[in-house]
Order: sequence, then C-alpha cells, then structure tokens
Amino acid sequence: MARKGVLVVPYNRLNEEQIERVHRASMAILKEPGITCFNKDATEIFTASGAEVTQVISEGKPRWTLSIPEKVIMDAAGSAPAAVKLGARNEENCLLLDAGKPMVYFASGSETNNWLEADIETFISKKNSAKEVRLPVFRSEKGNTERLAKAAHLCENLDSWDGFLRCVNIQDDDINDGNKDVNKFFISLNNTSKHVMAGLTNLDQLDNLVNMVHIIAGGEEKFRENPIISIITSLIKSPLQFVDDTTEKTIEIAKRGIPLVISSAPQGGSTAPIIETGIVAQINAEILAGITLTQLVNKGTPVLYGSVPGRANMTDLHDSYGVPEFSQFNIDCVQMARYYGIPCYSSGGVSDVKVPGIQSSVERLFSQIVITLAGPQYLHYAFGLLERTSTFCPVQAVLDDAHISIIKRLASQPRITEESVNDVMNQMGKVMTSSTKLFTRFARTALRTGEISPQYPFESKEMTDDTLLRAIEKTDEIMQRPRNHIGNELIDKIYDKTPGLLTRLKNG
Amino acid sequence: MTENIIDEIRENVIQGRVTQDDEGMDEGLVGQPAVTELVEEALALKIDVKEIINEGLTKGMSLVGEKFEAGEYFIPDMLASAEAVGAAMEMLEPYLEGSGVKSKGKILIATVKGDLHDIGKNIVTILLRGAGFTVKDLGNDIEPEAIVAAVKEEKPEILGLSALLTSTMAHMEDTINALKDAGIRDSVKVVIGGAPVSEEYAQKIGADGYGADGFHAVLIIESLTGK
Repeated sequence: MARKGVLVVPYNRLNEEQIERVHRASMAILKEPGITCFNKDATEIFTASGAEVTQVISEGKPRWTLSIPEKVIMDAAGSAPAAVKLGARNEENCLLLDAGKPMVYFASGSETNNWLEADIETFISKKNSAKEVRLPVFRSEKGNTERLAKAAHLCENLDSWDGFLRCVNIQDDDINDGNKDVNKFFISLNNTSKHVMAGLTNLDQLDNLVNMVHIIAGGEEKFRENPIISIITSLIKSPLQFVDDTTEKTIEIAKRGIPLVISSAPQGGSTAPIIETGIVAQINAEILAGITLTQLVNKGTPVLYGSVPGRANMTDLHDSYGVPEFSQFNIDCVQMARYYGIPCYSSGGVSDVKVPGIQSSVERLFSQIVITLAGPQYLHYAFGLLERTSTFCPVQAVLDDAHISIIKRLASQPRITEESVNDVMNQMGKVMTSSTKLFTRFARTALRTGEISPQYPFESKEMTDDTLLRAIEKTDEIMQRPRNHIGNELIDKIYDKTPGLLTRLKNG
Repeated sequence: MTENIIDEIRENVIQGRVTQDDEGMDEGLVGQPAVTELVEEALALKIDVKEIINEGLTKGMSLVGEKFEAGEYFIPDMLASAEAVGAAMEMLEPYLEGSGVKSKGKILIATVKGDLHDIGKNIVTILLRGAGFTVKDLGNDIEPEAIVAAVKEEKPEILGLSALLTSTMAHMEDTINALKDAGIRDSVKVVIGGAPVSEEYAQKIGADGYGADGFHAVLIIESLTGK
C-alpha cells in the first residue's frame, strides 16, 4: 500500500535538443572549472573514481578542484535507483517515487524560524459604529518544539499533504546541536504517521538517530523495507562547492543506505547566472556531482535529485519565489532529473509576502500549478511557507491543502475510455427523450465516486470574502483533534535507547 | 405486503429512482423496481392512494429534504427524487378524486417570448411536482397572448415566468400587462425567476413573487397558495 500521488501528463518546457544542450553544458562545467571540494574524504573518493583532482594552493581552508569526467557522472546516475520508496510509520502513507512515472507527491519544506499564528478579531466601523466586521489578525512567534509538533499534526490531518518535511526550526532553550536531531525527528514521527524528512544538524547524532528510527520501524531490516525517514543533505554551496561538514554527512548517510536528497539551491543573479541556461546548467552540474558522490560511496544508495533553483530579488538580493523564473528553472530541473532517470525533489508553492492573502495565493499557485504539471515525484515547499521560506503559517498550510486538492484534479490525466463513451451515449439517449433535457441525474454517480470536484471549501455566500476566516476556523478545529502518537510502550523503548531525547516531549 | 411496498416506494424516492433502469444513491439497484413500477404494483393491489402519497412519496421527499439540509444530498439528488415523485403523481392523478388527497395547487409555467433557455424553468417544474403541485409546462419562447389563453383555459393558481436574458426579461412585464388587458390579472398570482431578475424587478413589474432559485420558488409558491 502507498499514498496515491497525482499522475500527470508532463508539461515539457525544454525540447530534447535543449535538454541535451543543458546536459553538455553541465558536463563541461564539471570538467572545467569543476567542483571546489573542501572535504578530504570526498577528494579521495573522487580520485579513486578517476576524477582529476588538484589541490588549490592558497590561504584558508584546504581545498581541491575536482574535474569529473562525464563517464563517472553517467555511471553514477545509472546506478542511482530509478524507484525510491519513502516509508512511513503507517505503511499506507508510504510514497513510491519512480523516475519513469510523473506521479507527484506534495510535501512541506524549509526549516522556518518563524511561526505565524492567526486569530479572528471583530472591528467596528468608524463611519458607522453599528457596523462590525470580523478580520484575521496575525502575530509572529518563534519556532519551537511545540510548534513543530503542531505542524506534524496538521500534516497528519490534511489529505493533500503527502510527506512531512520538517518545516519549523526548534529554537527552545533546551535544544542544542547535541540533541536537536533526535528531538526534531522524534517530534515529527510522534505526530504524523506520514513520511518524515529533515536535515542532519550534527553528524555525531547520526547513529543515535538511526537507532531510534530502527526502533520505531520495528528493526533495522524493517527500516530497510520501510524507510520511515529520509535526510536532506545540502552538501553543495553554490557556485560549485562541496562544503566540508555537509559532504562528510552525505558520505556517512550514504554508507548507511538511508534515502537522501542531494539538494542544491543556487540563486540566479548572485550565486548562479541569472539566465535560464546558466542557472539550470549549474544546478544540474552541482546535483549530479553530489549524486555521484553518494553512488561512489555506496552504489545503489536511494537518492533524490533535489532542485531548488531560485532567483534574486533585485531590490535586496533575497530569494524571490513569486517571480515566473522560479517556476521556469524548476520545470527545467524536473526534466533534467527525468533525463537521468532519477526521482526529482522539486520546489513550488512559496510566497514572498509575510501573511496569507491575495499576493500569497497568486504567487504560490503559479508555481504549484505549473511545476506540478511538469511531473516531479516530490514537490517540496508546498505547504504553509511565507516570507520567502522564513515563516511557516498553519492557516496558509490549510489553504494550501485545499488548493493542492484542486491542483490534483486539474493535473490528473484524462479518463476518456471506450467505457466512458458508451456511458455517455446511454445518458444521451435517456436525456434526449425526457421532457426536462437535464443531465443532473447522471451527475450523481460522478459526484459520489469523486470523479468531479467539490466546490471551493472556503466560499462565502455573502458579499464578502471569508476565505481566511474559514481557514482559521478549520485550522483551530484540526488542532483540537486527538494526536496520532506512537504507542506508549514503544515510546518507553525509544526513550530507553535514545540519548538526548527531552523528557518533556515524551507525552507529545 | 402493503407496508413493504410503501416502504419500497419511500426508499426509492430517497434513492431518486424513477424507473428500474435508473441508478440510485446505493450501488446495485439497476434492474430492481423503482418508484413508477412500485406505484403501478401498489395500484394493482388496490392500496389506498392516500397512503401511497402520504407515507411513500411525501414522507420520502421530506427525508430527502432533511438530507439536503444536512449537506448529505446535493441538487442533482433532490431533482432525481423530485422527478420520481412527479412521475408517480402523474400516474396517480386519475385516482386522486375521491381519495381524500388534493393536489397542492395548479401551476402554469413558461419561459417568456424570445427566450429559449429552459433549464431553470425545468428544474422548478420538477421541484414543484415533487412538492405535490400539478404543473402544466407551456414550454419556452411563449408569446404573452398564448400565456393569457392558457391561463383562461387552465385557471391556475400560480403563473410562473422564467427568463435568462436581459433582452427577454421585459416580456415578463408584457405578459403581466397582457393579463391585465384581458381582465384576468387578479385571477392568478405571478411568480418570476431567472438569472437577470430580482425581488426589486418583480415589484417593479407588478409580479406577486420572485424565486431566487428552484427551492426558493417552491417556498414562495407554497406561501402564496397557503399550502
């Protein structure tokens, strides 16, 4: 059993010639100037593979230039599995990612420092004191363990949210580098039975984390069959650099065969060329270099092609997610991942604005719709992100869930079959001999079987737009629902065997 | 036996099945007798017509209304059930006299001159029949004079006028004026409906009521007829 993603007819922005051109450019980049690597172990691995490695003689941290031949890259791309299973505490929630199948799953993303709470307040008109209006009011809070748990609980209760990529940074006073990993994964796994993905803060915590997830999955073998977690490794610092500590983490995670995402997030206009050819060729080279490392360490390591190409806002050089180039770059990357036969972790659904509303909906929907249509296997950033990924807002996530359920309908493949033609001819015959000439009777079956879409869930019947108010009410209702926690006996075992877990988190 | 057939009629009203070829809300009903076949059987067994109507059709429709209010049923479900009740009432009409059951009233309905759009009028017709009214549907693109003639002949309690276009809605007023000219305006209540019209427009042209949608039209007509 697995969750049902939306299978799309993929929209291709690049033609075959353009894909080949990007590929050739990436291969040229990997040869010259190559990758600047700050990690000695990776350098040795690449040397053994046949890459040309040159030490850079200069002040500062030791570093090497890796000139990687195309054959090394393509062999690695060939050994990366085309199909990757991302397991789940409830196996019915597992995700089956297949590079050969444009079936999209939707996930959260980023590790936001801010959590945006929303309330409803009543305001009185200055012109007419008898006139009152209810409006949403927002306040920003710091991300913490309680809010990460709430986000995971929200994920558990929203149907379109397929995978939980931890979306809140836990900044509590008792959280530190030495205990952050086990606690963030534990909180997430203890509040959602869907797949959990996060980064690794401290390599020293990796084995504690692995032991903990083995216990939750039912043992090491069970974890291999049902990998309930995966790890994102941002080993690449654009442009074209392997960072020392994240590269080390990547090597160790790959050794353990845990599914991982090789993600790169260059910013067009600052850390990558701003034109499409440039940023796409660069990010493609960066991701392929990272994927190559995982396969050289442990052939067959399940890995996702993690593309997060952005564009700089020219007024402040922050990321800008509302611009169309963000979508274009991401679609190109989805096509490149498909070209190499590696499942794609793509990005879409963020807004630059700080609060939910019109700008937020417009910006995120452009990218969510078109990138979904491109057919990535795993679309992250899709829930609740505002302020350029700095803020997670649960109300926005509830809105995103509603919108993504519509997008799933929109993007689904047509169902025109011989059976449907026969059915329609039968309807025509009946309706055209009736006095009313109405097809309403036949709409009932389509309605019951879910073949047609429901109406927008936050629609107002009055001359007002109550979308935000209704989304706030729904969010509040979901937060009141009971949590789907791990059983007490297993929790005791986890706490007994996992150093660093905070006692105060034991009960949820 | 009687109880079983009445129960089945009620259940098939809830399922919205007119004939045995119809699907219902539940699966696997195609081929089983539906409202019209069951009413025919009930008549053959000489079951009291009043019981068929009150315990089968009306009670079934009332339960459908409750399901609609609860959000369990949608408009197509209501229409399917109303269509089943309307078909049954048509079959029972010859037996009504002497049965102690009276129609809730006679209604004449038409889409006005120049307008070929009849979806709204058809929906209202189905719902009114389902609610127990006798409805004569004159069709669409009907001249004021033809409507006046039909009112004289049928003597309905209510005249329903429908229009979809802003260019044809003026013919509602023409029709009301034609009723006045013929001296029969006071013999019938006029209710209007359709996308371009409103309560204000109804008042302006001297109509007696305005139905914002099919269900509202039924409520207005029930209120005007005191049923």
